[in-house]
Order: sequence, then C-alpha cells, then structure tokens
Amino acid sequence: MAKTLYDKLWHSHIVEQQDDGNCLIYIDRHIIHEVTSPQAFEGLAVAGRALAHPEAMLAVPDHNVPTSADRATAVNSEDSQIQLDTLEENCAEFGVDYIPMLDPRQGIVHIVGPEQGFTQPGMTIVCGDSHTSTHGAFGALAFGIGTSEVEHVMATQTLILSRQKNMRIDVGGTLGAGVTAKDIALAIIGEIGTAGGTGYVIEFTGSAIRALTMEGRMTLCNMSIEAGARSGLVAPDQVTYDYVMGRPQSPKGAAFEQAVAYWKTLPTDEGAFYDKEIFLKAEDIAPQVTWGTSPENVLPITGVVPNSCGNENIARALDYMGLKPGTRLQDIAIDRVFIGSCTNGRIEDIRAVAEVVNGRKVSDHVAAWVVPGSGLVKLQAEEEGLDLILIEAGFVWREPGCSMCLAMNADKLGPRERCASTSNRNFEGRQGPKGRTHLMSPAMAAAAALTGHLTDVRELDHG
Amino acid sequence: MDKFTKLSAIAAPLPMANIDTDMIISQQYLKTIKRTGLGIHAFAAIRYHDDGTEREDFVLNQPAYRKAEILVTGENFGCGSSREHAPWALKDFGIKCIIAPSFADIFYGNCFKNGILPIKLPQATIDLLLDDAGRGANAIITVDLEKQQISGPDGGTVSFEVDPYRRHCLLGGLDDISLTLAKKDIIRTYEAKKRLSQPWLFRDPDNG
Repeated sequence: MAKTLYDKLWHSHIVEQQDDGNCLIYIDRHIIHEVTSPQAFEGLAVAGRALAHPEAMLAVPDHNVPTSADRATAVNSEDSQIQLDTLEENCAEFGVDYIPMLDPRQGIVHIVGPEQGFTQPGMTIVCGDSHTSTHGAFGALAFGIGTSEVEHVMATQTLILSRQKNMRIDVGGTLGAGVTAKDIALAIIGEIGTAGGTGYVIEFTGSAIRALTMEGRMTLCNMSIEAGARSGLVAPDQVTYDYVMGRPQSPKGAAFEQAVAYWKTLPTDEGAFYDKEIFLKAEDIAPQVTWGTSPENVLPITGVVPNSCGNENIARALDYMGLKPGTRLQDIAIDRVFIGSCTNGRIEDIRAVAEVVNGRKVSDHVAAWVVPGSGLVKLQAEEEGLDLILIEAGFVWREPGCSMCLAMNADKLGPRERCASTSNRNFEGRQGPKGRTHLMSPAMAAAAALTGHLTDVRELDHG
Repeated sequence: MDKFTKLSAIAAPLPMANIDTDMIISQQYLKTIKRTGLGIHAFAAIRYHDDGTEREDFVLNQPAYRKAEILVTGENFGCGSSREHAPWALKDFGIKCIIAPSFADIFYGNCFKNGILPIKLPQATIDLLLDDAGRGANAIITVDLEKQQISGPDGGTVSFEVDPYRRHCLLGGLDDISLTLAKKDIIRTYEAKKRLSQPWLFRDPDNG
C-alpha cells in the first residue's frame, strides 16, 4: 500500500504494537537543554535508573545563557546559574555529550543539532522543547515532549505514542521577491489556525517548498507547532543530503552512501492517502506580520488592524497590543527589533537582514539586536563580514542563545515596548511582561528597524 | 504517579480560548530544577496585579473557587511551549481535572503523566458545564474515570472518551517507565535488527 513519509517513519520505528492501539516507538536521537531536563535526571537518580543510550544524546545550554560579550560572568540570576550548572553536572555524571556555553559550537539546540550532523533524515528525534519540530525539515520525525517523556526516553530509548493523522500542505508556484519561508509558515497558520494541525503531522510539499534551502525548511517546520502540529516534515532530497554531508556526526564514506540510499526510499509514495490536504499558491503569499497575541492573528503587511466584532479574544488581544481597529499595519511604530531564535537565527537569516540593511541606518528610536542562533552561525557571519554591515547600521551584535524569544535570560522587552521579532510566539508576556510582539521574517524585521515602523520590505527595495 | 479514580470537586469556569502554557506558567518561573512549588505562580499574569496583590476578576481568586479542583475552559487549552511546568503548576495549585473542547497535543499528554485528567467534550456540553461551574461552591461536579462519566450538580451525566492505556495508568497511578522497562528484551531485539539495517545510526568511531 502506498505510504506517506510519516507512515514510513512511524512504521520503521515501531518496537511493539500494543493491544490498545498505541505503539512503543524507538527514539534515535535525544537533545536536552537546561530548562526541561533537570527534573528528568533527578527522576532517574531517585529511581536508580541509568541512561539507556547516552551516546544518542546531545546537551546544549541555550535558554538561560547570557548573550552579552561578558557572558561568562553575566548570568543574571542564581536560579539560572543553578540550571546551567545542573545540566553540566548531570552530563558529566551520566556521560552525555555536552557543549559548554563558551564553546564555539554552542547555540540553540535546534540550530546546533543540524549543524553537528546529529540530525539526519529518517530518524526519530525528541527534545523537551516544542520547537523540536524544526528537525522535520530533514525528513526526520521530530517532536517536542514534556519532562516526564524526557525521563522515559532517557531510561528506555522509547516512547508510547498514538499514531497521528497525515496532513499535506502543498505550496505550488514560486515565492515573490521579499517573501520567505517565515511568510509561508505565518500564512499557513493564518489559514488553518493555531489548532488546525492538532492531531496531525504536517508534510509540506510543492515546488515552493522544494525550492527552499535547508534553513528555510527548518523555519517552516519549526513553526508547525504554532499551527498545532507536533511535527512538520519535508521529504529529503539532494538539498538535504548536501547539507548533511561532511558534518561532524554525519555518516562518512560508504556509510554515507548507504544512508543516502535509505533516505531515498523515504519520500511519500505516489497515491498515498492524506487525511487532510491544503493547497496554497506561493504567488498569493505576501510578507506577513502578526497584530495580536496568537500566531494566528496574522495578516499581509498591506492589511489593517481588524475589528473585534464582539469576539472577546480579539478584543483582549487588541487591548494588550495597544492597537486600534482600522490602523494600517505599516503605520505601527516599533521600539525594538529582535533577529534570532530557533525559527530565524541561521546564517541565511542574517544574510537576509544584511542585504536589506545594506548601507542604511537603524531608525533613531529603535534598539535593534541580532542574536545568532549558534556560535558557528556567528563565526560564519563574521567571516562574511555581515557583522560589520549590521554594526555599522546600528544593530547590536550579540552572542548566541534563545535570548529575547522567550526572555528567560536578561534579554527582554520592557512593559508596552513593541518589538518586530523573527521569533515564533507573540503570546502575552512572551518576550517580557506586558511586552508587545509582532512576528515576521528577518527581511521584514530589518525593514522595520530601518524605518521605525512595520514596513513592506518589497517597497523598501524599490525605494 | 498519583492515582485518578473519582473526583467530586468545585469546578471553576475559565471560558477563554487558546490559553497557552506561557500564560499558565510564564518564563520567569521556569528557572527551577524541581517539579513542586509552582502553584503560587500559576496564571500569574492574569491572577496578580503588578504589585503582587490578587486581581478580583480572576476566577481562581474568588472565594467560591479558591479550592476548585476542576477547570472548565476554552478550546486549544495548553497550546505553545512543551513546558511540563504548566501541569506541575496546575497540580500544585490543586487542579486535578481540566475539561475543554480541545487541548494542544503536548500539554494533553503531559497532564496524564502528572495524575491530571484532561477531558475533551463538545462545545455545547462545555457550555452546560460552564453554567454549572458558574454556580460556584454550590456546584460540585463529579468525574468518574472508571465509568468515564461526568455528573453535574443536577444529576445529569455525560460520557467522555479517553485513551485506554492512559486511563489504565491513571487509574492505577502506574509508573509507565517501569512498564516499558519490563519490555527491555523487545527493545533490544529491535535495536539489534536496526543495527544491521541502518548501522550509520549507531555512533561509533566509523560512523562519526
């Protein structure tokens, strides 16, 4: 019978089919960070259990790390320091590969995994972090789990799961200039809502998806969880193999050839069944920005702030965001710009920002930050001279980490500060208590930094 | 894990949609290495004023609902971050059962791991339960996991569906890691087969 990519990933990881319909699923790779792992290690220690496969794990501190130049001594709270120390101690005790904060490879787990070749097609990959969906860009079944499941994987290398349904989102055609993977993701969430993908694994198909780089595919799959889907998928192809080849943990030589031969069997078979299919045209997608406190509160930049029409959720969002219905999105002034996160902290994102900036200056009243997703992204950008372009324009060039995406370290918005952000969530208080977030692509955030208000990057290019 | 069998308790109405896990427990309270003590921070942004005093308009601050153990709420509850701190905070507050039209997947699973029963029901039924819950301390709702049935204060009952394995674990308060470790041999067999068919997945000096 014809199978989808998800069907193949699911079937190839079934250890046991239980009578109740759930399956015991094998987990190939497990990434951990300092926030969601300590209680799991503690649980193991209390029960006297060992790690099933420490060699299948990778640990990187990212949520709490300072992104200032003096990061070694800048951890801003005792609690943060304890979490960071606990991760290091647990990894030493249990024998887990650990990338310390001052290592050039350190960064956000979902950027480091792919960079290190830890992420490969055909795998199951988990992490106590909802944006683990990022790794689905490689054609791996990757999803976020809670800390109890982290402990379950640590002890058994498996999870008990029920099978998800198959959804296909096809984006045909070609993206216009200034339109990116982030805009595809936001447009999809606008279309199906933040619960539209609940219970599904979403496979992204179509010519506009095939044309994306690995960075773009990661951005898209990263945002699957904002559409409610625990996992997003893009079938592996030559773009994928080329990205994986030669990385520190990628298979080498004959093993790589053998792996590619297997990876080529993964794409969805002709005629396979999807429970739900959605078709979008790339040409219809304009640069997107969010106006509210849910990623589904999104519109093309050419739009206006909507009226609540009696909807309490919308009224609440407008009140929180300090916005009046009918305001043109392009007239919304901003205070801050955040370029970074596991959604848009990769080299391609920083290149996109530098290209838009290109000799112009950040608006006087805007504080604009670029936080590279990893030390390797930072080094690459510096080799290309992108840091100089950005610093010259007035951006602050930071050290890698999750930073202002979720404001667990010292990087946060002040109350009522308004931010053009390349991150993934605009929830109330997400970037700091009472802070106001507008989600968008790196190119759009760069344009906003220059003008001081939300801006259609396509017009900036022509002006 | 704590058992969940039958619960008769006050239900609090919180009819908001898309309550995300950031709202249930915000980022500044994630800096803990323990599972306990988070109840005081649950819903902090909508529960407290800036000066730390309680907001009267938040349902769980109202006298009738301070001891609520059931939450009746809106669709897509628990969306966003996978942080298990969300169910830890709710549990620490005293919530043992959450009834909503729909839940986000990760949060839904996390509840079961902590002895909390999440129940999905159609919006029309939720509306009736919200009415019941609106009667405050006079409205005791009974949730019977064995029978998969909810009874309201007026004696009416509704049935609910729950995954049989999760129900089994909740009823018995079972540690599912122990259950899985009992299948060690099956897991070993799977690994041995996989080592032959996909050797590159197993990290040794030849495979990076």
